[in-house]
Amino acid sequence: MELTERHVEGLKELLYKMADDLLILGHRNSEWTGLGPVLEEDIAFSSMAQDKLGQSLALYELLHELGENIPDIVAFTRNDNQFHNCHLVEMPIGEYDFSLARHFFFDHADAIRFAMLENSSFEGISMVSRKFRGEIKYHTMHADVWMKQLSHGTEESKARMQSAINAAFPLALGIFEEGEYEAELKEAGIFEGEAALKNQWLEKVNNELKKHGYTLPDADDVTPALGGRKGFHTEHLQPLLNEMSEVFQIDPGADW
Amino acid sequence: MYGNAYVENTGNNNSLTAGEDPVKLAEFEARIAAGEKIEPQDWMPKEYRRQLIRMIEQHAHSEIIGSLPEGTWITRAPGFRRKLALMAKVQDEVGHAQLLYSACETLGKSREDMINDLINGKSKYSNIFNYPAVTWADSAVIAWLVDAGAIINQLTNSKGSYGPYCRALDRICAEESFHLKYGHDNVVFLATGTPKQREMVQEAMNRWWAPLMHFFGPSDKISQHTETLMKWKVKMASNDDMRQQFLDMYVPKIWDLGLTVPDHNLKKNEESGKWEYTEPDWEEFKRVINGDGPCNKERLAVRRMAEEKGRWVRNAILKKDARYVAPLA
Repeated sequence: MELTERHVEGLKELLYKMADDLLILGHRNSEWTGLGPVLEEDIAFSSMAQDKLGQSLALYELLHELGENIPDIVAFTRNDNQFHNCHLVEMPIGEYDFSLARHFFFDHADAIRFAMLENSSFEGISMVSRKFRGEIKYHTMHADVWMKQLSHGTEESKARMQSAINAAFPLALGIFEEGEYEAELKEAGIFEGEAALKNQWLEKVNNELKKHGYTLPDADDVTPALGGRKGFHTEHLQPLLNEMSEVFQIDPGADW
Repeated sequence: MYGNAYVENTGNNNSLTAGEDPVKLAEFEARIAAGEKIEPQDWMPKEYRRQLIRMIEQHAHSEIIGSLPEGTWITRAPGFRRKLALMAKVQDEVGHAQLLYSACETLGKSREDMINDLINGKSKYSNIFNYPAVTWADSAVIAWLVDAGAIINQLTNSKGSYGPYCRALDRICAEESFHLKYGHDNVVFLATGTPKQREMVQEAMNRWWAPLMHFFGPSDKISQHTETLMKWKVKMASNDDMRQQFLDMYVPKIWDLGLTVPDHNLKKNEESGKWEYTEPDWEEFKRVINGDGPCNKERLAVRRMAEEKGRWVRNAILKKDARYVAPLA
């Protein structure tokens, strides 16, 4: 079908929120470099950070093809109110338990999102989604293995992970904050929508957590952290952006 | 990066072999002389084991401590290309620590004991990481020239006698050569960029020159290597020889970029083929290596914090009876 202006706006909105999530989470994951609880986890978080950053770059390139600025300018010069990531990804890395719970929730959502998008009518998205599949598979596998290990570790590790799950869950629900163009995206066969994604995700993470003796809080009992998709952020995002663009902003016109 | 581990030059040749079975010692030395590698289960003199543990452990510590000054620039790297490359580079360095701790574990010291000795201040790491990476340009100079120095050191040591260490170094050097290219490319962009960028990189060069000259360890004039350690192929080249090699390979490249080095006495003596330079301040070197450098306290505090914060994770996955003695390389 012929894409109307609203379809294109919806497409951009979708691409921006996915790209911003990946950029910000990739940045956060890279903060574990040199600080992980074991060397192998430094290395794993760094690998995932590189994948996330590479994926965000691919999505910003699609946006560039739709008329947006080049990826470096888009990523390194916007302020927090121009970012569309969810609050979950902008939170500081905290302790390893929080970073792991975030990684578990986010990557299961992203795995399902990109699996859905493999059938998108927008070829650019379906192509990159197929490409990302091979990477995200390892991210969810990594999260699952560690959720399992820590549930069978010590009493402390199990209790800490359950607390981290409880703390990260309302933030994770913010991933599925609906945008203005859900109907248009569905109508054009671009994306089935956040509600469908959220249902699949709840089932997936609930099953996975149950296997290891954890409890997922009831989604109806918690307040999702909304606003990120519309440019309303926590106090943690702008400092992150200031740091990220510190060198680039010395001279945005220079070749670095 | 980053390894340059200093071999301890205590004891004369006799004390290194005191109490060893002369027949076994002769066989051991004959194998090394024939170019064979010593493997974990082979007989080896106590001092050979002790010196290797010290050296490999220091090298491993240097990799993880070295990831701190560079790591702080990952979150500030300008643009996707640099951000991705720096993440991958520093990740490699942490991977090198993993390889090296594993090589060292084959000699009988656990990773946990090594890391405890690091944060207690009992074992050392490369002195160069006690200096701060003040700007983005410092991270570029580190990636180019510290890694260059490390390659010289590591290629030399990879021809040593202990199999697991040599094989780990072969793998490490392959990755280092990419780091060197990354660092050089980064410095080239700054040196040929805007006036601000040029200024940044020249200032970084000025800051890093003294630590780079210190990098290969004290001058041969004040640091005599023992013949036995050379014979055992633990120590492979003199500090001054490696320093000369570094100057020969990199000073012309620095000058080609229009950058200067803060030593007016630096020149190549065409007759001797050797570089002449102002003698580095070895008192400062000693002071810094013994804990009184600009960043020693901060580096160890960060490492200690990471160890403490991660303890509950390690406790949860610890298999108390497992021993990890198979080398990764």
